[in-house]
Amino acid sequence: MVEKTVKVGIKPGLQARQAALFVQEANKYTADIYLKKDNRQVNAKSIMGIMSLAIAKGTEITLITDGIDEDLALQNLADLVEVEQ
Amino acid sequence: MGELTVEDMMNRFGLELIAGHAGIHKQIQMSDISRPGLEMAGYFDYYPAERVQLIGRKEMSFLETLPAITRRKRLERLCSVDTPAFIIAHGEEGPRELSQLAEEKNIPVLRTDYKTTQFSGMLTNYLVGQLAPMTTVHGVLVDVYGVGVLITGGSGVGKSETALELIKKGHRLVADDSVEIRQVSDNVLIGTSPKLLKHMLEIRGVGIIDLMTLFGASSVKDDKRVLLAVDLEIWDDKKHYDRLGIDEEKVEILDSQITKLSVPVRPGRNIAVIIEVAAMDYRMKRLGINAAEEFTKRLDQAIADNAELLDEEERD
Repeated sequence: MVEKTVKVGIKPGLQARQAALFVQEANKYTADIYLKKDNRQVNAKSIMGIMSLAIAKGTEITLITDGIDEDLALQNLADLVEVEQ
Repeated sequence: MGELTVEDMMNRFGLELIAGHAGIHKQIQMSDISRPGLEMAGYFDYYPAERVQLIGRKEMSFLETLPAITRRKRLERLCSVDTPAFIIAHGEEGPRELSQLAEEKNIPVLRTDYKTTQFSGMLTNYLVGQLAPMTTVHGVLVDVYGVGVLITGGSGVGKSETALELIKKGHRLVADDSVEIRQVSDNVLIGTSPKLLKHMLEIRGVGIIDLMTLFGASSVKDDKRVLLAVDLEIWDDKKHYDRLGIDEEKVEILDSQITKLSVPVRPGRNIAVIIEVAAMDYRMKRLGINAAEEFTKRLDQAIADNAELLDEEERD
């Protein structure tokens, strides 16, 4: 299991479409993937879970991956949300 | 373009044949109807010979005022080779000369008991429907809560089985396997079943069943406007399916655009229930209630609120 804390760079945040893209990316990996904001943790492969957090640009989130492709998943998903827009 | 003969029209309205039996297989090409009053008065410049000619009481009483020779001459000109048929309203015989001339030229003369204007409206509706551009689509058309849902998808994906379940739930079948779709006006598509397949459903392992006898008249419908297309496909792990329903996908049939949903099929997914919900959601959207949009607004607001909180924290 690996984890990484990143600052969301997507503007203005993870709105519906961006959340859908994020979940679509997360579903490409076999590893279990979680996303944590403050003390709430959701399954990153579930779109409703991600959207329930209403993540704004500048929010610090922690990505947690666990599985064979955990490193790749962590790297790519972190890049996806960190990118400044 | 649909094909329509004078005989089809006769059968539809129960018209009585007075003369010109040899011409009942003539094709009707135009949905417009002509009332040849001006022509009877001698003005033939724009005579629309290729239309069905409808003769009412006014035209008949006018003909009677004409001298015999003039009357015969004008009626002769009315009997063009292009004329598909004459129809006399009010259950009248019509002028004897017309029957004779039409008989010679093999143009059917028909009679209806309806009044002229009333029949004119009925006939126009019928002709517009029959002569509208037509295409045949491989799929199943079901009326779900009043929404015509066209279920498409590859062979063996479960279209007919889904339809059967919908019918058991009280919805109505319009056509199975092959749906004839006519575009009667802009963006209005009407689906029907080919005559031969009417009320029939084919279920693999059982064979052909007649829904009308099995489930009664409430399980079938003759025609229905197609509003929603649902494309069933075997679940593909690599494909991305719509999760939000914000963007509406469209499919083009003839020149019309209709809303399309791609629904993946796999064991444990009850497609009939999904289609019921999709039909209800479609109705709600047309009534101005869009759940996906409402939710998006709510989410955007929450994100904006959170962004403000972050800003404040930074300033402190």
